Amino acid sequence: MGASWTRAAQWTTAISGSTGNLELTPINESLLKDILRFVEQFGSRHPQVAAHVFEEPLQWTSTLVASDFNTDYDISDADVQSQENDGKGHPLLRLSPPNIAVESFSQLSKLVQLAGDRGLTEVAACLEANRDLVVKILGPSLAKVLEGDADTSALQLLEKLKEEGPEQAQDSEVKVQLFLLLQQLDNQLLSKALTDFSKEVGLSPSAVKNEVELLKGFCSEGNKRVLKSVRYTSDYEFSNGCRSPPWRQVQGEICYLVVEPCDTESLHITCSTAGVFLNQGLKQAAETDNIYTQTSDTYEDLATLLKSRSPHFAANANSQDSTQKVQHVEPVGVEEQGQPQRSCKHQEKNAPKMARRQEHAVNTTSRKKKLEPSLKWKNLGLTSPFDEAEQKKPSKGSGKGKAGETQEKMLRSESKRKANFSLASLPGHQSSQRSKMEELFSESSSESEEDEEQPDRRPKSNMDLPSEYWQIQKLVKYLKRGDQTATVIALCCMMDFNLAQETCQMAIRDVGGLEVLINLLDTEEIRCQIGSLKILRKISQNSQIRRAIADLGGLQTMVKILDSPVVELKALAAETIANVARFRRARRTVRQYGGIKKLVELLDCAPDAATLSEEQEKEVEAARCGALALWSCSKSTRNKEAIRQAGGVPLLARLLKSPHENLLIPVVGTLQECASESSYRVAIHSEGMVKDLVTNLNRDNEELQMHCASAIFKCAEDKQTRDLVRQYQGLKPLVSLLSKADNKQLLAATTGAIWKCSISIENVAKFQEYQTLEILVSLLTDQPEEVLVNVVGALGECAQGAANRGTIRKCGGIQPLVNLLTGTNQALLVNVTRAVGACATEIDTMAIIDKLDGVRLLWSLLKNPGVDVQASAAWAICPCIQNTKYAGEMVRSFVGGMELIVNLLKSTNKEVLASACAAITKIAIDKENLAVITDYGVVPMLANLTNTTDDKLRRHLAEAIAGCCMWVSNIELFGEVRAVAPLVRYLKSQDCAVHRATAEALFQLSKSPNNCITMHESGVVKPLLVMIGSTDDVLQEAAAGCLGNIRRLFLAYDKARYG
Amino acid sequence: MSSLNRKLIQNLAETISKHVKHFNKSEVECLIRLFNGLMGDQTASGRAVHGLDRGKFRNTLHNTFGMTDDMLMDGVFRAFDKDNDSFVSVKEWTEGLSVFLRGTLDEKIKYCFDVYDLNGDGYISREEMFHMLKNSLIRQLTEEDPDEGIKDLVEITVKKMDHDHDGRLSFLDFEKAVKEENLLLEAFGTCLPDAKSILVFEQQAFQDPLEH
Repeated sequence: MGASWTRAAQWTTAISGSTGNLELTPINESLLKDILRFVEQFGSRHPQVAAHVFEEPLQWTSTLVASDFNTDYDISDADVQSQENDGKGHPLLRLSPPNIAVESFSQLSKLVQLAGDRGLTEVAACLEANRDLVVKILGPSLAKVLEGDADTSALQLLEKLKEEGPEQAQDSEVKVQLFLLLQQLDNQLLSKALTDFSKEVGLSPSAVKNEVELLKGFCSEGNKRVLKSVRYTSDYEFSNGCRSPPWRQVQGEICYLVVEPCDTESLHITCSTAGVFLNQGLKQAAETDNIYTQTSDTYEDLATLLKSRSPHFAANANSQDSTQKVQHVEPVGVEEQGQPQRSCKHQEKNAPKMARRQEHAVNTTSRKKKLEPSLKWKNLGLTSPFDEAEQKKPSKGSGKGKAGETQEKMLRSESKRKANFSLASLPGHQSSQRSKMEELFSESSSESEEDEEQPDRRPKSNMDLPSEYWQIQKLVKYLKRGDQTATVIALCCMMDFNLAQETCQMAIRDVGGLEVLINLLDTEEIRCQIGSLKILRKISQNSQIRRAIADLGGLQTMVKILDSPVVELKALAAETIANVARFRRARRTVRQYGGIKKLVELLDCAPDAATLSEEQEKEVEAARCGALALWSCSKSTRNKEAIRQAGGVPLLARLLKSPHENLLIPVVGTLQECASESSYRVAIHSEGMVKDLVTNLNRDNEELQMHCASAIFKCAEDKQTRDLVRQYQGLKPLVSLLSKADNKQLLAATTGAIWKCSISIENVAKFQEYQTLEILVSLLTDQPEEVLVNVVGALGECAQGAANRGTIRKCGGIQPLVNLLTGTNQALLVNVTRAVGACATEIDTMAIIDKLDGVRLLWSLLKNPGVDVQASAAWAICPCIQNTKYAGEMVRSFVGGMELIVNLLKSTNKEVLASACAAITKIAIDKENLAVITDYGVVPMLANLTNTTDDKLRRHLAEAIAGCCMWVSNIELFGEVRAVAPLVRYLKSQDCAVHRATAEALFQLSKSPNNCITMHESGVVKPLLVMIGSTDDVLQEAAAGCLGNIRRLFLAYDKARYG
Repeated sequence: MSSLNRKLIQNLAETISKHVKHFNKSEVECLIRLFNGLMGDQTASGRAVHGLDRGKFRNTLHNTFGMTDDMLMDGVFRAFDKDNDSFVSVKEWTEGLSVFLRGTLDEKIKYCFDVYDLNGDGYISREEMFHMLKNSLIRQLTEEDPDEGIKDLVEITVKKMDHDHDGRLSFLDFEKAVKEENLLLEAFGTCLPDAKSILVFEQQAFQDPLEH
């Protein structure tokens, strides 16, 4: 009983602090009822035990008064004493209202009978006042035993009693009985409470998701409308299905919702595993500092909560409920990515029978990926209820991190889709927007997560185990029992099995072979170590084995082996590490145990000669394995840094000159993996590796070529590298690699390299010479997206030159480009819009784009959720408007088109804003359209942006303002919405383009006298006077015009004043 | 040591070093000295003996290279004692050590095969394997037939190494198996010194004799 009673009391402390009231929850109530019944019947059931006098009286504040007691009690005034006493004349019950003291169960039992329907309150009060109830009843020494482990308690109890000696035997016997009875009750209560609990806890992320989806369905328009809107506060969804930040997930919170019902104000709702409840919401949170605080009861699901808050919802939801039942179903069989790839890898080698078995296993084993809030953060010490300060810190950071999170999610999902494709996203793109907390778990984007969540599949029964299983089991037995001779024989026999086959791999694991193999690594016996590693390196191809090896501490041992004087052993250990370190935790382990440094040391060999001695050959092999391991490890950002710090870069640079292809592949692989870090990109060109990369492009090995191209792809972000590639004649081999169109990975890497190289105009000229554009255009169709992104990117860069635009048009590139505008891949759309925009700067090409309805497609991309796409599309629209004959009409023909552009001014992204301003400038050329956008409120929206400090935005904003001033009434309007003074400040900018645009805008605005006054007050004259001296004609003229207007106003003023 | 004796040793070293691949003349000289040292008391007894007898040789193996298995030490003695006269002569000593310490893989294969071919019939039979492996597994009390594990181990070894399927290992079988997997060189027990004891031995044996 101790346990459950203590629990009951704890519920209240946790929630309401130290007042110690029992909360009135259904569970508590039923517990109390059970206890009440127990006490009530105690007197009659166990009269002997009931008579036992407590060690200390139970005291509490009672509601009972003297009149409640019958004749068994001595009543004097308000005080009551029982006639029953403890043998020493001390009454067992004393009441002096409101305090009561009771010393035996018989009295307790009578008392609750007397209390009648107040019994429950009495029991509750008694429990609240006597937390250490059991101690009081049985005495501290026995109670201690009671609190101890359940198994040992009975024994200890007996011992305890023996110690007390025979004179107390009688008493002790009663105590034991009492103890046993209490324990029995305890068990009953706990098991009952457990069943109740399990009914209550029920929400899971998927259930919440389903329900939210359902509720979203209710948000339709029209009179059937039940809710106005339902939305999450965060777009980012963690892999476990939760949207709340990790440090809240620890509390069981799944996500936060804002629901707008039709009849009340919007509700801020927290969904947690315990149920749903209202939270403070953002507005109030500003005052109370904690948006997560619960402000309502907990409901079992959203519908119930909404029904209780919104009568409208309650009335209407029921009618809809009948058609769509709210369900709490966890989706089964969440797709495991990485699985298909894995099985096909094995099928190559396995007999068809094996493949079938595997399929079978995939289908039958229930691989329900359980979605639940992450407990990862629990270890970070954020959960302690007393750590208020620490809790606040991350919650403040979350606002800032949100944009980054969404971005990351995009990147992550992308790299997931590409699974095995190591060329994922643009390098350097992901590093900027990470909050510090996330850094703890950060990894490079290019790693595929295939390993992270593999299901564990063990054979279910021994029925259909293959013969290999038994043979391997036997060998493992010899491994365990044999001396080194027998061990080596057993190891050699084990090597004869097809260790690439999953059956064998699993058999070794399941019979405990991994433990033995890893233990062997710890021995001094070199032959055993070698044999063991020879097996481990093969079976570690399997991701479950990898995991198991890491779990058994194999990595630590292997890292230690890297110190061995035996080269062969080092090589094998490195090769095995290369396999095992394909998942994050393993990579971290290798780093933490100093493995990176030792692996880098393996690279230190000088295999320049084409022919090698036996010793040298071994060293080269060790270097190769070391590079392989580093390649695996380099998928983690911190390992990249560790490799660099261990002096890996110059060694890699030296190996890059090696003539041995099998060594070159892991070396270049590591380099291209690391090239996502800018420190490596700098190193690659400063250590002169570009030359060797180009040399290796010319080798006839597609894998090597691919990694080289990919390294160039990542490095050619830097101008110097692009120039070096050209100087070392690297462009030609790149172009010739385009002919290997069947190898898509190679093609993607090559086109990527061409894209980045084509950022330099000199390179574009070379590409022109090699007729690259024609080939690229031919690659615009029937290619995977990874290739298309790069091809289009390259075309977009090349099309910046006029001659190339013509070429693209002539070889029919416009049509496929415009077709690609209908795609969905964000990266691709960004590039396509850029390419189309570049092409549109030529009037002939523009005609084709117009004919293909390309402008409409571009325009519709403004609605794309990706900001990069929005911006890129808006930029592309500018030349389209400029180069279309009847542009005004065309723009008007897009229904809602101008509203869309104007609404982009609400964006928070600077690039989107700048591009929207540029587009508005072009639209405003047409008077009629200018009138339309003025109606959409473009003027105040532009004015809102004027406080920016971003020069690019300033420039386009000023141009847009100048453009909008063509509608005369807007000139005054800009003054009214206070756009003039901030513009004057733009003149302090360093950027000449900003000066020019601003001067023009000011010139237009100075046509209004009020604006002139504002300008003059803001000190416009001085900078403008300087700008009149500029060599830029446009700037000169605009500055002079503006000053002229101001001057004229003052002259007129003087004239009016002084006549 | 008399100058005559030194001259003798030098001459002997000269002739022997022509036949021994892995030692130079001065190294051979050192080994002869070592041999003479081991022979020491034997010559003193006055009987004309050709070399180290089994007991002395085994002592050396045990003390210098830490070998313990009687059967294998006998095997090593047999492999050294090319002419089967139950003595390891100074020539056999240097030649043997040449393989023992610095042999190529091929030489070592031959050597190991000789060690393991207990009866010298050119084959390693199941029975021989059983003998050599019989102590290689820790016996479990619960087992009905304590030798079952060993027998099985012999079977899988035969299965792995007996390429011509005649139920025993010929030299060719053994050679092929070892070439495939070097670890099988000492398949039936350690009969070669490990790198560490080689280093120690060579350091002691080849240090400048004048220092002592």
